[in-house]
Amino acid sequence: MIQILVIAILSLIAQLVLPWWSLAIVTFVVCFWRSSSALTAFVYSFLGIAIVWLGYSLWVYGQTDGVFIMRISQLVFKANNAVLPFVGTTILGGLAGGLAGLSGYFVRQVTGNQSMSHTA
Amino acid sequence: MRYLKAAIVSLLTVLLIWGLNRPWGSAPALGRLLSPFVGFWQNADPSTGSEDEISLVGTKAPVTVLIDDMAVPHVFAQNDYDVYFAQGYLTARDRLWQMEFQTHAAAGRLSEIVGERALPLDRFNREIGMLYGAEKALEAMMKDDTSKLIVEAYTAGVNAWIKSLKPAQYPIEYKLLGYSPEPWSALKCALLLKAMTSTLASGADDLQMSNVRQLLGSAVTNDLFPDYPDHKDPIIPPGTKWDFKPIPTPKQPDSVAVDNGLAMNWPGSNPAIGSNNWAVGAQKSATGYPILANDPHLTLSLPSIWYQIQLVSPTMNACGVSLPGSPGVIIGFNKDIAWGVTNVGADVLDFYKIKFRDAKKQEYLHGGVWKPVRRRLEMIKVKGLPDVIDTVYYTHHGPIVNQGGQKGFRANIPSGYAARWIAHEPTNELHCYYILNRAKKYDEYVQALAYYGAPAQNFIFADVNKEIAISPNGKFPLKWKEQGKYLLDGTNPAHDWQGWIPPAQNPRVRNPARGFVSSANQFSTDPTYPYYINWQFAPAERGIRINQRLAAMNNVTSDSMRQLQNDLYNLRAAMVLPKLLPAIADSKLKGDHVKALAMLKSWDYENDTSSIGATIFTEWNRQLSEAIWKDELDRGDSVLTRLPSFDRTLRLIERDPQSHWFDNVKTKTIETLPDIATTSFMATCDTLAKMHGPIGASWAWGKHKATSIRHLVPGLDAFSALNVQIGGGSGIVNATTERTGPSWRMVVELGPTPKAYGVYPGGQSGNPGSPNYQNMIETWRQGQLKELVYLQSVQDKNSRLKRKITLK
Repeated sequence: MIQILVIAILSLIAQLVLPWWSLAIVTFVVCFWRSSSALTAFVYSFLGIAIVWLGYSLWVYGQTDGVFIMRISQLVFKANNAVLPFVGTTILGGLAGGLAGLSGYFVRQVTGNQSMSHTA
Repeated sequence: MRYLKAAIVSLLTVLLIWGLNRPWGSAPALGRLLSPFVGFWQNADPSTGSEDEISLVGTKAPVTVLIDDMAVPHVFAQNDYDVYFAQGYLTARDRLWQMEFQTHAAAGRLSEIVGERALPLDRFNREIGMLYGAEKALEAMMKDDTSKLIVEAYTAGVNAWIKSLKPAQYPIEYKLLGYSPEPWSALKCALLLKAMTSTLASGADDLQMSNVRQLLGSAVTNDLFPDYPDHKDPIIPPGTKWDFKPIPTPKQPDSVAVDNGLAMNWPGSNPAIGSNNWAVGAQKSATGYPILANDPHLTLSLPSIWYQIQLVSPTMNACGVSLPGSPGVIIGFNKDIAWGVTNVGADVLDFYKIKFRDAKKQEYLHGGVWKPVRRRLEMIKVKGLPDVIDTVYYTHHGPIVNQGGQKGFRANIPSGYAARWIAHEPTNELHCYYILNRAKKYDEYVQALAYYGAPAQNFIFADVNKEIAISPNGKFPLKWKEQGKYLLDGTNPAHDWQGWIPPAQNPRVRNPARGFVSSANQFSTDPTYPYYINWQFAPAERGIRINQRLAAMNNVTSDSMRQLQNDLYNLRAAMVLPKLLPAIADSKLKGDHVKALAMLKSWDYENDTSSIGATIFTEWNRQLSEAIWKDELDRGDSVLTRLPSFDRTLRLIERDPQSHWFDNVKTKTIETLPDIATTSFMATCDTLAKMHGPIGASWAWGKHKATSIRHLVPGLDAFSALNVQIGGGSGIVNATTERTGPSWRMVVELGPTPKAYGVYPGGQSGNPGSPNYQNMIETWRQGQLKELVYLQSVQDKNSRLKRKITLK
């Protein structure tokens, strides 16, 4: 579980200064460092990123009147549904992070010291 | 196995990230777009905060900017350089994408952004010489110390904003289309002004008129397309004395006909693009001072065409609207005067048939001499494809214009037509606005106008000294009568433009006896004016209606001016329906046709949103005109022609109901006005029934017209305002059509302290994520105006001021 927090914090810092895809490097590295199974690597990474992306977008929403989110829903999702931009954003961020985390786990499996991964 | 898994999953990850980080066709890079750190979320603008201090390099002294509740900046600068610097900075802050997009379009550079599909448009703009014209205008601007200072300050201000931007802060359109802003330049200011000339002064039907003359001969053409209309009310009241000694005008050459070998599809002028302005004198107003009103009609778009601003420096305190990309206030007022503009439909674009010596197109014949052709290479960058190089051939008349975008089109034509266009003249409109923004009295207004070139405008004026005036003003070529009504002969020097009408002799009227001045794009003057400006202008109905109302009004207030701006009376219908309706053969109608006729008969000629009569009349008027004229004049796409005006059609109906023109030459029977009126009426009802179902509420004018205010990127419906329910229409004082309409409405009460009102259909911010993106549309739709905050000094208290920014 600690990985979710580490991923969330590190990716938040990374994305403030680096391109958006720096989130993938963070989940890769964290899962390379520490993950017990493919499933947890993916899920923790997914959640770590999704929390940050959803949280940040909710914060933005809270600052504004929401009209713009509706316009984006129409534009990107072709539907008048203010929930879709949040769902889309959360899943997309989560997927990118999750897949990179999974890669980190598998790469660790073939290269690194495997005992580490079992101590978690 | 483990290796394979690692490789596959890693590869998938890289592919996914790569795929999300790049655009696919016209779809944007999704990862970048959805990321809350850099994507669209960053464009959601809370518009909060009250005090800001922005450190900038570039101002000479600190500038204070107060921002009111409509997000209008009020700029207080300590010198003229800083005031324009701040204008550039603030305009870019709200409208950067629009400023760049419009100037990219004018320069023929849209292909860089959207790819191959913009290539025909880019070629067209290159070949008509938009960039060439802007370069000439830039030279003129830079030669003049005043305009040089303005443009350089404004440019530095825009660039100060651009420099401060991180990609996450780019306007949403950059993120959707996947590009970045480039530095602003003085040339872009020139391009923006050329874009206005292109919008307002690039319509031409010289080819169509030449084709008509070939089909019908000179006598019939002159009869159907006369040089002065039947129903009229010119801008300069008839009887106004011309207080100048005219200079000689060129004689009309004996042989003027040019054969038209070229089928060129040139856009005609858009009759819905026009404007209203008027000013009533002190004797007619309730305040004892003049009141001035203006509403320019343009294609309604988002981000909005206009940007409100107040500019205060030691030399000025001007308030009103500006064009994003151009320094100064274009329509507005200061402490002493108010001014406004409407378009003058002068003929300032003509086509010359060029005779080249041979296929190499290196020399052309003019006055019996072979003269060299200049080549200009236009390099067009195309997104995702190699650059395209377009060679444009220049004669002394101007560039050879061929239909852009059609591959191989040029090769099929041994000789094309050269365009002589006012936009290629080195004019300096900025200096005109510089003086107007600071003017205190009539003389300074006249002095300002002499600087103005194009697009020619009816400059209306009122001042605190209780003077009013109007002048159709711009750089007008000195022409023989009807020069440029038809295509011209490029080999004959007598067909050249031969100088200019002296600016001091442009039509002008000051304090006319009737107590008001006005314009609505109609004829500038009656035929006593010694110079030729054009043979046709916008239809006179709006002008006639405005003058009728103004003549009848007394004790005018700003609110009665507002009501006139929203007048929905369809004068065209009132003129023609009493003649047409009795002509309909009732016996032939049945069912919904009968209902439709009854509705039209009981219609009060008001084009309000619920009116069904307005819908029927508008469609019928179009179909009737086609039914009368198309059989004789329409020759399909191979020989482009045009139909006579409504004014001429009305004359035919009023004075010549037996005319042979009513007969449809494609049938064996002989039709008369009643036949044509009846069949076109029934066809109209059928057309409307097909569109809207049986006659009823679905035929209402507001629903039928469905005015839309669209984002500049075609198809971006999510950022557009669609189906705005508002009355009006073409030829109505409230000239709101499907896509065009009043892009700004302003009423100014002159007086010891001027009081002004205004609104435009949009908002100060160009950002669809801002609450100020389209917050004024509803006020505009309802025909209401907002009082404009006009501050006398930076210390002024006003409860509508919300924020303060200091630039230093």
